[in-house]
Amino acid sequence: MLAFIIRRLLQSILVMLAVSFIAFSLFNFTGDPVALMLPPEATQLDREEVRKTLGLDQPFYVQFAVFVQNALQGNFGISLRLGRPVSQLLIERLPATLELATTAAALGLLIGIPLGIYTALKRESWTSNLLLTGSLIGVSLPNFLIGIFLILIFAVWLGWLPSFGRGEVTQLGLWSTGFLTESGLKALVLPAITLGFYPVTLFMRLVRAQMLEVLRADYIKFARARGLTNNAVYFGHALKNTLVPVITIAGLQLGGLIAFAIITETVFQWPGMGLLFIQAVQFADIPVMAAYLCLIGFIFVSINLMVDVLYYIVDPRLRTDRAGGH
Amino acid sequence: MSSITSLIQGCALTARGGIDMVALVNVVDSFRRFFDGDVWYSFRRNPLVILATLAALVGIIGAAFAPWIAPHNPFDLKTLNLLDAFSPPAWTELGKPQFWLGTDDQGRDVLSTIMHGSRVSLVVGICAVFLSMVVGITLGLISGYVGGSVDAFIMRVADIQLSFPAILIALLIDGVARAVIGKEHHDQVAVYVLIFAIAASGWVQYARTVRGSTLVERNKEYVQAAQVIGRRSLAIMFSHVLPNVMGPVFVLATLHVGTAIITEATLSFLGVGVPPTQPSLGTLIRVGNDFLFSGEWWITVFPGLALVILVLSINIIGDWLRDALNPKLR
Repeated sequence: MLAFIIRRLLQSILVMLAVSFIAFSLFNFTGDPVALMLPPEATQLDREEVRKTLGLDQPFYVQFAVFVQNALQGNFGISLRLGRPVSQLLIERLPATLELATTAAALGLLIGIPLGIYTALKRESWTSNLLLTGSLIGVSLPNFLIGIFLILIFAVWLGWLPSFGRGEVTQLGLWSTGFLTESGLKALVLPAITLGFYPVTLFMRLVRAQMLEVLRADYIKFARARGLTNNAVYFGHALKNTLVPVITIAGLQLGGLIAFAIITETVFQWPGMGLLFIQAVQFADIPVMAAYLCLIGFIFVSINLMVDVLYYIVDPRLRTDRAGGH
Repeated sequence: MSSITSLIQGCALTARGGIDMVALVNVVDSFRRFFDGDVWYSFRRNPLVILATLAALVGIIGAAFAPWIAPHNPFDLKTLNLLDAFSPPAWTELGKPQFWLGTDDQGRDVLSTIMHGSRVSLVVGICAVFLSMVVGITLGLISGYVGGSVDAFIMRVADIQLSFPAILIALLIDGVARAVIGKEHHDQVAVYVLIFAIAASGWVQYARTVRGSTLVERNKEYVQAAQVIGRRSLAIMFSHVLPNVMGPVFVLATLHVGTAIITEATLSFLGVGVPPTQPSLGTLIRVGNDFLFSGEWWITVFPGLALVILVLSINIIGDWLRDALNPKLR
């Protein structure tokens, strides 16, 4: 167990190093920073001087080490577009994105799993078929179109819900939350549905497929032979085994949701990290892009790691396999 | 599956050797086998797939021949009249009969812009899929055939990339390209950058699939035979192994066209895709989005519907193809 975790941890660190190397090389694409900082009449000597103070005369691996060191302390420099420290910008925007992504993930689990169970148990019913066809349409609908259609119907035509922004937010220390005010909750509805659409369809299909497979297993037949009620078989035996892969996908999806929030945030002008990132891409604001990349990389890698460990704990078969010397 | 592969081989032969009777017979034979085969049978039996194919064909033909069959030329400034701007669809009260789906803010016919827009979307999508396919297949073949540390390296890179969403990778490549090229030149090469970005975010699937099948094929007798007669590794990879691993790749590619079109539309919608002078469906939706609140819904909704129908029909075809080519489900 410990060996497994250590190996995965080492892998994660390697991936993080690769990601931060990509982020680091982003800076080298933008040309010579010295040329940007100095007036054109500067002498060669001045250039050398600035180069030395910035540490640019060092070999690239030393520069990279300095970059990693700074990154570990949360120092990514100053945004070219907004002229403020990048870390400060990200911290301000992080709560908005996390609240949106977790709400969408919760929607995915709370709606997707029951629908998946339903469509697996009532395979022949027309509602199941309708739901499945609907989910195919859901997969084919680009995220931003769902948002636009929702805005058109609920904000423009019906005027029930706001179409942009976060509403009123409450500051809890560094964290700004929209959960505590009515306008904040109202503003969350449409973006959360937009972002949650894909996880709902995904979990529905996943749970259905798993459930159908599990229901064919021998221990289900045995449970029936023991005379257990349908409900005991479905929810006591089948569902438990269905949920193992769901955990993995759910974890990975949360990371995906934070990244996909870029699109939803753009449609709804939701003031999160995604909106910050997309503006950075449009303006080629490299420090923000690099920091966002590192942060997203970190979130993904830690989620992957947690999921792997969790999987290992949940599924005993993996443990015996490893013990066999693989 | 084999019928399609031999069809491709047959076509390749004719292309190489001019009029080659053997190849011609091969092609004719392949066609006959295709229409007698299970795939065609399952196609005829599936009304949804037929409908999807028709819809996709209408979309593709409309896009391909847009300059000749579109009712208006939306890029010819001389024919545009600002008095026509914002006219709603023809069936509504204020609609003008010559503009079926209404006009946008510059008086351009929405139907015509959709046709031209799908042209850009399809070209970008198909080119991106093709590029990713070439890169993915090559790396997958090398990975599976050579094995060892080369394999480990390629697959590690693939794993890392796969743990990030494609859209993020495409966005990042686009952002870097903007920083490298500079804003003023970016518009001219935007389409190529976009194709490259989408292709780079999608090669992993092909590499993994091809590697998996190559690992199986590598140990078969025909490969050993080719090795014994002294053919070079490259020749074995591309002329012996490749045709035998292409089946699943076709299915992946079909489904990938749908994803690539969505990715393109998303990037264009986010404002980092193709420039507004050469609008794709995503750009049209983005532009129309500004008029949503003033009630001019048709400028966004129709390009959006066109996008959904196009992608949905491609996905339905891909889904069906996957099942039809899967011998386990026959």
